[in-house]
Amino acid sequence: MARRVLLTGLSSFWGGRLAQELERDPAIEVIVGVSPQDPTCELQRTEFVRVGTQHALLRRIVQAAEIDTVVDTRLIVDSVTAPARATHENNVIGTMNILAACSGPDSPVKKVVFKSSAHYYGAEQDDPAFFTESMQRPHPARTLLEKDVVEAEKAVTAFAERNDEVAVSILRFANGLGPALRTSHSALLSLPVVPCILGFDPRYQFIHEDDIVGVLEHATKHDLDGVYNVAADGVLVLSEVASLLGRPLAPILPPWGTGLALAALGRLGLRVPPEMHNQLRYGRAIDNRKLKAAGAPLRFTTRETVSAYAEHLRVAAIKNDNGRPYQYEREVEEFLRYSPSVRRGA
Amino acid sequence: MKALPAPSGDLCDQLPAIEPERQVTDWGRSERVEGLMDATIYEFLYTYWFRCEVEGIENLPAEGGALLISNHAGALPPDAAMITKAIKEEHPRPRPLHLAVEHFFKGYPGFSMLVSKIGGIPAHPANVQRLLHDEQQLVLVFPEGRKGTEKLYKDRYRLRRFGRGGFVEAAMRAEVPIQPIAVVGAEEAAPVFAQMKLLQRITGLLYFPITPTFPHFGLLGMLGYLPAKFRIRFLEPIPTDQWGPEPWNDRGLIQTVSDNVRARIQEELYEMLAQRKSVWL
Repeated sequence: MARRVLLTGLSSFWGGRLAQELERDPAIEVIVGVSPQDPTCELQRTEFVRVGTQHALLRRIVQAAEIDTVVDTRLIVDSVTAPARATHENNVIGTMNILAACSGPDSPVKKVVFKSSAHYYGAEQDDPAFFTESMQRPHPARTLLEKDVVEAEKAVTAFAERNDEVAVSILRFANGLGPALRTSHSALLSLPVVPCILGFDPRYQFIHEDDIVGVLEHATKHDLDGVYNVAADGVLVLSEVASLLGRPLAPILPPWGTGLALAALGRLGLRVPPEMHNQLRYGRAIDNRKLKAAGAPLRFTTRETVSAYAEHLRVAAIKNDNGRPYQYEREVEEFLRYSPSVRRGA
Repeated sequence: MKALPAPSGDLCDQLPAIEPERQVTDWGRSERVEGLMDATIYEFLYTYWFRCEVEGIENLPAEGGALLISNHAGALPPDAAMITKAIKEEHPRPRPLHLAVEHFFKGYPGFSMLVSKIGGIPAHPANVQRLLHDEQQLVLVFPEGRKGTEKLYKDRYRLRRFGRGGFVEAAMRAEVPIQPIAVVGAEEAAPVFAQMKLLQRITGLLYFPITPTFPHFGLLGMLGYLPAKFRIRFLEPIPTDQWGPEPWNDRGLIQTVSDNVRARIQEELYEMLAQRKSVWL
């Protein structure tokens, strides 16, 4: 049972939302969030510590706060969001350092939850229709991001083998989708038409942003030892996604020279990351039954996820968001938390 | 069939529920496209063009998974579609049939959309296992694969090698019976007179056959079938639970069963050919 939790990637969508959820549970005494950037959502009792991208000094925090559970939500799974080099530093070197901080004979860490990605499997022509956890990708990783994910997972697996007393869960998430989540897929699906490759109708699986948080929370509070695929029930084809969104499917990408066409699109402002290219061609689905058998909450099917996103898109243009986005200010946060003048316990 | 499927355990009850709002299954099979094909091309070919005659449909189990094994022929083989239609038309409890296709189809634009929409799945052992064991569906496999469709008219009705017996292993692991099927007519409907190796390399197609209508009528010429009479015979199913636990570890047994299935279909084909008075009527 997790009592003292350390969260990496607090500034990411998943880290912030997870911290908010964990705060509600009184059984969790301490939540420490680390991240190179400021948090992006309002937090009550989570303590934020800024660290470098490589997370080199984490060991001291872990030891000092006697952290028993480390939840690693920091993996970059969309290569548009950061340059390749920074992604590699974060995904591979960062993972190495975090694992190093958790290992050692005197380490208080009893559990590590690692948020990975279904990019681990890639998307190829000779893929099975549903990847199960024991399967590996049929070909070596093609893109830098996929290589990083595979390498990071390799490090986590090696860590799990060396440290028998630490429960390690690896969660391979399908593509997330939701109103608050900004990914390359949500950008692609929010266009007036849904671009696709001529002659291909790939199978797609999404997971709702609330379910991402729910599953991470479940994995933090329960014992999910091993590897789990995390995806919603149901697999849609892209034409079905487009019709749920109420947008026409536009086969504007040629079947040959797709990379060139996408590069041209990138110049026009629509950046489609390389790991998405094969997904747009062959699609991918993962088998979530092991996770469901482990009792993890999944409230949305893929169809419901896409419908929810469609509803968000319809009102997003009309709804004027007056509230300013949350801005982290250290002095204010520290005053609210530690000043004797603030009345607590109300 | 290279990698072995992971044992599914008791995860069958974790299968996603069917969403009635959807017209496409999780495998990418589309009711609408399939229905359209079924009502037009399949219907025409089955009833008027090939005038299919079906025997032994009662041998096909009404429930539970079953692995259907058939001989395979023709440049763009019509046999799979006719078996699908035969089950739909003749069986008292018709069920959708999934066709295991070589994964090359996923690389051809257009074709990759269509094949999965009408029930094709990539022939990966894990896919077959999930459909047969977990979802208790019917799967049709042509163990001859490409070798069957490549073969020339002069070799008609001579079965090629049945792969490496992967289909037997798949049926054993899924604990479903093997249902052999013999199809007569497909060889004459789409005869292949020659294979052009060089043109195949240039076009990047799976093979480049010379048929009565291809290549001089273009790609649509692949669909130019001759009106041969089709006879489809469903043979006795072979249960796979008769060899004790984990029979798939015995490579020799797999080979023997595979050879037996092949021999049974071959015998049946010879018998049907002997009884056939005319290729066309």
